[in-house]
Amino acid sequence: MSVLEKQRTPGSGTASGGHETRGRGRRLDRRYLPVVGTFAVLILMLATGGIRYDNFLTPAVFSNLFINNAHLIVLAVGMTFVILTGGIDLSVGSVLALSSVLTAVLLQAGVPVALVLPIAVLSGTAIGLAHGAIIHWFGVQPFVTTLAGMFFARGLCFVIAPESVPIKDPGFTAIADWTSWMGYFRTTSAVVIALVVVAIAFVLLHVTRLGRTVYAIGGGEQSALLMGLPVARTKVLAYVVSGTCGGLGGVLFAMYSRSGYALTGIGMELDAIAAAVIGGTLLTGGTGFVLGSMLGVLVLGLIQTAIQFEGTLSSWWTKIVIGALLLVFVVLQRVFTLRRR
Amino acid sequence: MRVLRHHLFWPVAALAILVTANTIVRPSFLRITVQDGHLFGAPIDILRAAAPLLLIALGMTLVVATRGIDLSVGAVVAVSGAVALQLVAGSADPGSPVTVLLACGVAVGLALVLGVWNGFLVTVVGLQPIVATLVLMTVGRGIAMLITGGFVATVSSAPYKVMGSGFWLGLPVAVWIAFGLFAVVAVLVRRTALGMLLEATGINPAASRLSGVRSRALTWIVYAVSGLLAGAAGLLISADTMAADANNAGLFIELDAILAVVIGGTALTGGKFNLLGTLAGVLVIATLERTVTVIGISPHATPLFMAIVVIAVTLLQSPRAREAFALAGWRRRATKEATG
Repeated sequence: MSVLEKQRTPGSGTASGGHETRGRGRRLDRRYLPVVGTFAVLILMLATGGIRYDNFLTPAVFSNLFINNAHLIVLAVGMTFVILTGGIDLSVGSVLALSSVLTAVLLQAGVPVALVLPIAVLSGTAIGLAHGAIIHWFGVQPFVTTLAGMFFARGLCFVIAPESVPIKDPGFTAIADWTSWMGYFRTTSAVVIALVVVAIAFVLLHVTRLGRTVYAIGGGEQSALLMGLPVARTKVLAYVVSGTCGGLGGVLFAMYSRSGYALTGIGMELDAIAAAVIGGTLLTGGTGFVLGSMLGVLVLGLIQTAIQFEGTLSSWWTKIVIGALLLVFVVLQRVFTLRRR
Repeated sequence: MRVLRHHLFWPVAALAILVTANTIVRPSFLRITVQDGHLFGAPIDILRAAAPLLLIALGMTLVVATRGIDLSVGAVVAVSGAVALQLVAGSADPGSPVTVLLACGVAVGLALVLGVWNGFLVTVVGLQPIVATLVLMTVGRGIAMLITGGFVATVSSAPYKVMGSGFWLGLPVAVWIAFGLFAVVAVLVRRTALGMLLEATGINPAASRLSGVRSRALTWIVYAVSGLLAGAAGLLISADTMAADANNAGLFIELDAILAVVIGGTALTGGKFNLLGTLAGVLVIATLERTVTVIGISPHATPLFMAIVVIAVTLLQSPRAREAFALAGWRRRATKEATG
């Protein structure tokens, strides 16, 4: 329950304002309903899985849920920033691939790890900055800009290395191999990094001025401008955050797969968007929580785990279940937003 | 300077540059030869490769005109191809034209139903188009895989294959189908008030509804049409390979279609749309893909070139660049008046 407790702390108030708990004392704020819903679905899935399969509710399954999805958590965090401002970033899957390919190729060329990691992450930052600049200064729509960025990064991957490049660098593998046991739960360095990213994003969005501006832009860009908020800077920064998360996600994916391959992460941007939506972030901007997005990733991961436990080869059921769940969540969100008016 | 501001200028310029580059590298690029009464040559190949994308981009243009977007068309392509080929393969006589027509009818009908579903989510439930169609984009490929059982089913059926590699009056059948449907839709939309009503809906849905435009019904129809056209494109694509590939048929074609629409000068914010621009955009993308092989670059690098062309064209069309051009034109006129 720690997730929910955190969300109720006073510091987590969003700047969207206008719909406080209407004097009903301790009742849960409506804004948190989608996140609570996601959490309930997660619990429900765990319970169903626990009843249906042996060994489902084990620390190993939990650990793997995080280990297998650490990169996606990071992507979803970045995506949440962008969606909160009312934008979208379709490039994160390709940026992840680019970063992982860069990591592998540079390590193969003998560049020291201490140099490779920042370069890989900053490659994402650079692409995010370019997105932000084009979106803001040229008024090109986020959808088109990041679509072009997606093709750009993917093309660059193939130009750098068309084939899979294995990573054998001892320094890098040492970092990737680092594991720690917290009780029965196994955590890897990637999981720790992902959780740190979530924590930083949480603080940025709910405590700092930057976070309030992000929510304000999503709530209404014109109003934010008239309020004298730094709209331009914040909007560009949201894409920089998303790009950086893409770059970092690539490093985590390289740690996970021990290789860099130009074809990784195809369609991953949609997983990140789906995670954010399932986690209660409205694609119109202004409403959403970064912890919700993390829960969304866990829900997606758990669907895959459940299908693996089912033992059928039918990966198509994953798609159908994810889609159905997405539909249920967006329809519920729609109902909630309608009622609010 | 007025030419510069014409909405077709940049897409056509991009196309001209691509064709010129190709002709310089390979002087025979534009040569069309006649063999057995059929036309052959790079331009014909480009037209045939562009046929499915043209159908999808056509539907996408109409959807975009109503401020929407349809991400599900690639999945619909996969479903339609899978259904048609599975029906043909399962029939007693895969080679008979009746079977093929029936299979195509069922597949396109199902695609229409999927389009109607998208329209339902957008107009009745009131979901954002990007979310509403994202659902089918995810589920659609799962459905296609259920239909094919997860295998890439290959089928041999002469009448079905005609859609992919047949010729009629010298031109590929696929080109006739795509350009024929394009012409039908263009006439329907541009020779009646339909296009104007669509633009009204896209510019301001509330205002157009208040002034008596049946925005909701129009929007619904547009998604249905987009599904239908994607279904037809699915038939063309599956007839080209004669295989129902649930995973890869029409993969990312929605993005290509959106790019074609944007290159063609239709803004994703809805409102005024431009079918000839979309046609130009489709040809730019198809020629670009061909160019990469002609110039001898690895086809893997295609996305990079695509990105560069798209960024260039969209930047040149962006409000800022237009302002700059307008300003330049105004200055020139001003100096002309001052001197002359």
